Amino acid sequence: MIYFDKVTKIYQDGMKVIDDVSLSIEPEEFISIVGHSGAGKTTLLKMLLAEESPSDGFIFFESQDINKIKENKIYKHRQKIGVVFQDFRLLSNRTVYENIAFAMEAAGKTNDEIISDVPYVLKLVGLEGKTQNFPQELSGGEQQRVAIARAIVNQPDVLIADEPTGNLDPNNAKDIIDILQKVNELGTTVILTTHNKSIIENLGKKRVVTMENGKIIRDKSGGYIL
Amino acid sequence: MLIVNIKRIIKTGFINFFRNSTVSISAIFVMMTTLSVVIFLLLSNVLFNSAIEQIKNKIDINVYIKTSVSPDEILILKDSLELLPQVEDIEYISREQVLVNFRERHRDDNLTLQALDELEENPLGAVLNIKAKEINQYEGIADFLESETALSIESEKIIEKVNYHNNKIAIDKLYKITNAVESFGFSTTIILIIITILITFNTIRLTIFISRKEIKVMKLVGANNNFIRGSFVFEGIIYGVISATIASIIFYPILFWINPFIENMFFLDLLAYYSSHFFQILFITLFMGMSLGIISSLLAVRTYLKK
Repeated sequence: MIYFDKVTKIYQDGMKVIDDVSLSIEPEEFISIVGHSGAGKTTLLKMLLAEESPSDGFIFFESQDINKIKENKIYKHRQKIGVVFQDFRLLSNRTVYENIAFAMEAAGKTNDEIISDVPYVLKLVGLEGKTQNFPQELSGGEQQRVAIARAIVNQPDVLIADEPTGNLDPNNAKDIIDILQKVNELGTTVILTTHNKSIIENLGKKRVVTMENGKIIRDKSGGYIL
Repeated sequence: MLIVNIKRIIKTGFINFFRNSTVSISAIFVMMTTLSVVIFLLLSNVLFNSAIEQIKNKIDINVYIKTSVSPDEILILKDSLELLPQVEDIEYISREQVLVNFRERHRDDNLTLQALDELEENPLGAVLNIKAKEINQYEGIADFLESETALSIESEKIIEKVNYHNNKIAIDKLYKITNAVESFGFSTTIILIIITILITFNTIRLTIFISRKEIKVMKLVGANNNFIRGSFVFEGIIYGVISATIASIIFYPILFWINPFIENMFFLDLLAYYSSHFFQILFITLFMGMSLGIISSLLAVRTYLKK
């Protein structure tokens, strides 16, 4: 479904952040990418979102070469991928409900779909009672749940979670990972990056890819080594 | 789908506008100042033009006709003068009226009046007061009046005197002054308008700069560029409409207050002028405000829409 083919990324200042990485991700897989800060995890995800282009190699998403997507069609590509960030990135002047509805409006969903789907995803992440709150009125864990609800409401093929627990306490972090697993069970491919050992431990036998200095140094199921 | 999208763009614009009220108010304030400057310059122009017009109106040349010429002959001369393209208006004052005016002017001067009464016949000739369309055209009219053919009937001159040459220096000077005022006013207007437009443009750029993170998030959740651009352009239109409306209305109380002074100085009822031209002025400011809002938003948001 997603295939990184000998991808290298060198920034303008000559820094090589991704070095000859090949990686294949299957549909409905739950894959964790671990590694220290600067190992290249986020750059890998940015290239998948077409925010960055590879200096060498190819990235395919459902047989589409991402680098060949025209500038004015990138938004369509992004609609197939839900994203959750460490810093939540919610629209601060919109309520919880509006934040999620906005993603649906932008994707061209009908008003009927919005009215039926927004409460559904809010229930899935356990925020039924907070629809009219603004992000700054919520705790970090709650904000991240809104971000997840927003990321999955358009039923994307892939959900990217880039250090989603980085700003959260262990309890909230566990809740977020549980929600991600639930989303995965419902059929969405999940790509999670983290440098938090305990999270990987709790994921059991899921696939873990370890990165270091822009290279994949380990790729195995059911175990982690940081 | 297009209509639904437009509705959503408008809704997004309204949400951005109302939920960032501090930013919106400052943007409106700056734009309102710009549009007020435009209205102010517009009205100053009206005042200047009216003042210049009044000065121009004070200038004319007087043609003194010989007493022997009959009114019919004078009217023929008047008709032929009116055919000149430079001539705006000719006032004919009959001999009788000239006498009445003379008596009125000298009503305290008994000696003169007595001398006048001694005469059996009215010694004063009729007068034609000629106004040209432009100040610099008086010379041409004066030249015409001095040419033999135009002014003689049966080869006899009918004009006693034309007073153009006495007034020539004053007329030339006024012509220079009004010209200088007009060109100075025009260049100041242009410069001021450019400055205020630049300030407004920068203010709107700042409001969009404040929203740059939101723009990034909108892009990440899959909003296309037209959707994002549209909502900011619509916000710019709201700024324009509100600022133009307030700026146009705010001039009513201001004019109401200063109108007496203006009437005294310029002999022009500016308030009445403003009321009768209100919709034109509103239209101009709306057009300017909306264009400013649209163009500034488009230019400002472009930076943040790149990949």
